[in-house]
Amino acid sequence: MKVMAQIAMVMNLDKCIGCHTCSVTCKQAWTNREGTEYVWFNNVETKPGVGYPRRWEDQDDWHGGWRRTSSGKLVPRLGGRLSTLARIFSNPRLPVMDDYYEPWTYEYDKLLSAPANSKNIPVARAKSRITGEYMDTIKWGPNWDDDLGGSLETLDTDPVLTRMNLEVKKTIEDSFMFYLPRICEHCLNPTCVSVCPSGAMYKRAEDGVVLVDQDRCRGWRMCVSGCPYKKVYFNHSSGKAEKCTLCYPRLEIGQPTVCSETCVGRLRYLGVLLYDADRVEWAASRPDETELYAAQREILLDPFDPQVVRQAKMNGVPHSWIEAAQQSPIRQLITDFQVALPLHPEYRTLPMVWYVPPLSPVIDAVTASGNDAENHKVMLSALSQMRIPLEYLAGLFTAGDTAPVERSLRRLGAMRSYMRDVFNGRPGDESVAAAVGMTGSQIEKMYRLLSIAKYDDRYVIPTTHPETPRGIAELEGCPVSYDAEVFYDPGALALGVGQATGRGARLLPLEVIR
Amino acid sequence: MSVGLILAWAVLPYVSIVMLVVGLVWRFRTDQYGWTSRSSQWRESAILRWSSPMFHFGVLFVAMGHVLGLAVPQSMTDALGVSHHAYHLIATVPGSIAGVVTIIGLLGLLYRRIFVKSIRLATTRMDVIAYILLAIPILLGAVATFSTQVFGPDGGYNYRETISVWFRSIPVLSPRPELMVGVPLVFQLHIIAGMLLFCIWPFTRLVHVVSAPVGYFTRPYVVYRSRRPADATQPVPRGW
Repeated sequence: MKVMAQIAMVMNLDKCIGCHTCSVTCKQAWTNREGTEYVWFNNVETKPGVGYPRRWEDQDDWHGGWRRTSSGKLVPRLGGRLSTLARIFSNPRLPVMDDYYEPWTYEYDKLLSAPANSKNIPVARAKSRITGEYMDTIKWGPNWDDDLGGSLETLDTDPVLTRMNLEVKKTIEDSFMFYLPRICEHCLNPTCVSVCPSGAMYKRAEDGVVLVDQDRCRGWRMCVSGCPYKKVYFNHSSGKAEKCTLCYPRLEIGQPTVCSETCVGRLRYLGVLLYDADRVEWAASRPDETELYAAQREILLDPFDPQVVRQAKMNGVPHSWIEAAQQSPIRQLITDFQVALPLHPEYRTLPMVWYVPPLSPVIDAVTASGNDAENHKVMLSALSQMRIPLEYLAGLFTAGDTAPVERSLRRLGAMRSYMRDVFNGRPGDESVAAAVGMTGSQIEKMYRLLSIAKYDDRYVIPTTHPETPRGIAELEGCPVSYDAEVFYDPGALALGVGQATGRGARLLPLEVIR
Repeated sequence: MSVGLILAWAVLPYVSIVMLVVGLVWRFRTDQYGWTSRSSQWRESAILRWSSPMFHFGVLFVAMGHVLGLAVPQSMTDALGVSHHAYHLIATVPGSIAGVVTIIGLLGLLYRRIFVKSIRLATTRMDVIAYILLAIPILLGAVATFSTQVFGPDGGYNYRETISVWFRSIPVLSPRPELMVGVPLVFQLHIIAGMLLFCIWPFTRLVHVVSAPVGYFTRPYVVYRSRRPADATQPVPRGW
C-alpha cells in the first residue's frame, strides 16, 4: 500500500442554475490572453447536448482515454508509444478550430466613435480574432446549445444518447435537461500525462493536481487528443498546451478554486482523498466497464483506519493533510453517503471530479403529472419507472449501469421526504431513511452538507505549509482586527473557524493546545 | 587560394557550427518557454494532414542520406566490395524519391502558410527567414541531385572524392578548402545555403528538431513530480 493524497471536487448538479459565473470568473483569472480566446478551463454544458468541444464524449472519434487490451493491460486509446510518435507531424485526432469555435469580438469602438446625428444607427459588427475578418453569420460558439437552444439540429448527435440508444423527445413539454459544469478531472491515471512525448505534463505528488510544465512543453499536442474530457487546450499563440490548474496557487494557501469560490449555487465541494497508489492500475483495468465506478471507490482509503494513517505518515503525507482527509466533504459524499459519481468512468482515467446526479428532472416530471414529489413512495416508484433520465445519467456517470444512479437519486429523494417531516414539526420517519439504506441522523448530516452547505463544510483544504493553518492566509497583510478573538473558549469551537461568534467577533483559526 | 575560397570553405563552416551550438545552448538557457514547434494545426488541418508528414519524413530520410554520403569514406564502401555504380544507384534512387516527397510537402506547407489567412497572420518575421533559408538549400539540393546524379553523365558526379573529404576535414580542425575548387557550382551553393541555415537555426522555431522526444520510449506512462523545492516547507540549502 502506498498512500497518496489527492484534492478532489464534487459538484451537486441539482443546485446548478447554469449561470456560467464559474466559467466567466475562471476565464477572467486564467485565460483572457491572446491564444487562449477559445480556452475554457471551466465550462457549463447543457445536457443532453453536444458539449464543448463538439461531441467530446465520442471516443470512437477522438480516441481519448485508455483501452484495455485482451491481455488486461492498459494502453492509451490513441496508440502505443511508437504509433504516437509516428503521428507527431500531423495529429489525426486533434480537435481543430471548427470543433471549438472561431473566437470573435465586436467592434465596440464603432459605437463610441460614430458621428453624432448620423443617418444610420451605429452597429458593432462581429470580427474574427483569428483572421480579423467580419463574421456576418456566427455559426457556433462556446455555449451554442445552452438551455437546449438550437438543439433540434444538434441534439441527436449527443454521444451519450447514441451510446445509450435513447431518444429524448424534442418537444419542450416532454424534454428534460440539466447543467453539467466541467473542469479538468485531475485523474489518478491521466492519459494526457501518459501520451505527452516530452514528459512536460505531470501529476503533482503532494496534491494530485495535473499540470503542464510550460518550459518543457514542445507543442506536440498529443495531450489534447489523449484527454478524453478534452480539457487540455492548445494555446495557438504560444504553441504550448494549457489546462485547468485547479487554481493551485489558491489551494496552496488553503483557498478554494475560483470556480468554487464564485459559484452562486454553492454546489462545489473541495477536499482531500487518500488513495492507494499501488492499486491505481488494478482499478483502471477492470474488465467490465460497469465495475470501474466501484473499483475506483475501493482504492480510496479510510483516513480513520490507524493502519492507513501510519502508512500515510510513512509515505510523507503531512499530519494536516490526514486531518483534512478525515474532515473531507468529498469522502462523505463519495464513500459515506454514496451519492457522488464519477464522470465517464469508462474512459479508465479514474477522474477526481465527481457529481451528485440531478434529481430535478424526476421531480419536475412527477410534479407535472400532478403528484406529490415530496412523498417518498411516489418519488421512489416514479424513479424506477423513469428510464430516460436514469439511463442518460448512467451513460454519463456509471458506464451505463443504472443501479448506482438510482441509489443516489433514491437517497436524494428520501432526504427531501424525511426533511419535510422534520420541518413540519414531526419526528423524522426512520422507515424513509431505512428504505434507502441510511439512518435518520445520516440523512440529516447529508442534508446539512448538501443543502445548508456552509463555506467551511464545503471547502476543507489544507495548506501546503503545515505551519500555516487553514484560513490564516486571508488575514495576511492586515493586523488582527478589533473584532477577532485569538483565544476562545472551547464551547465556541463548535463554530467554524473564521466565522463570527454570537457577539459578532471573528475567530482566528488558531487551536489552543492545552 | 583566394580569400573567398577560404571564407566559404574554412571559415563559414566553423562560424555555422559555433552559431548553431552556442545559439542552441543560449536559447535553451534563456528561452525554454519559446522552445516549441508552434504548430498551426489548430488553425488549418486539411492541407497539413498530408503535407507535414511528407515534409518531415522526407527531410529526415534525406538527412540520413547526407550522413551516409558525407561521413562514410569511399574507401570503406570499396573495402566492402560495393561498386561505384551500385553505390550510385543505392544513394540516388531512394534519395531522389525522398527529395521529391520533401519538396511536395514543403510546397503544401508553404501554400497554407501564404494563402490561409489565419496562418499568414500568425507568421512571425523569424518564421519568414526560417522558411526562406530552409527552402533555398532544399531546392538547390534537389537541383544538384537531378542535374548531376539523375540526368547527368553516367555514374553522376562523385562528390565522395571532394565534398565528403572536405566535410570530414572540418571536425578534425584541418580544413581543406582546395578540394572544393572543382565542385559544380550548384553543389557549392547548396552547401553554403545549408551552412547559413545552421547559423539562424537556434533563433527560429527550428529548435524543435533538437527536442525530438526520444525519451518517451523509456519513461513510465504517468509522471509524478514534487512541487518545486522553493515552495516546499524544507528550506533550500545555499549552493555555496
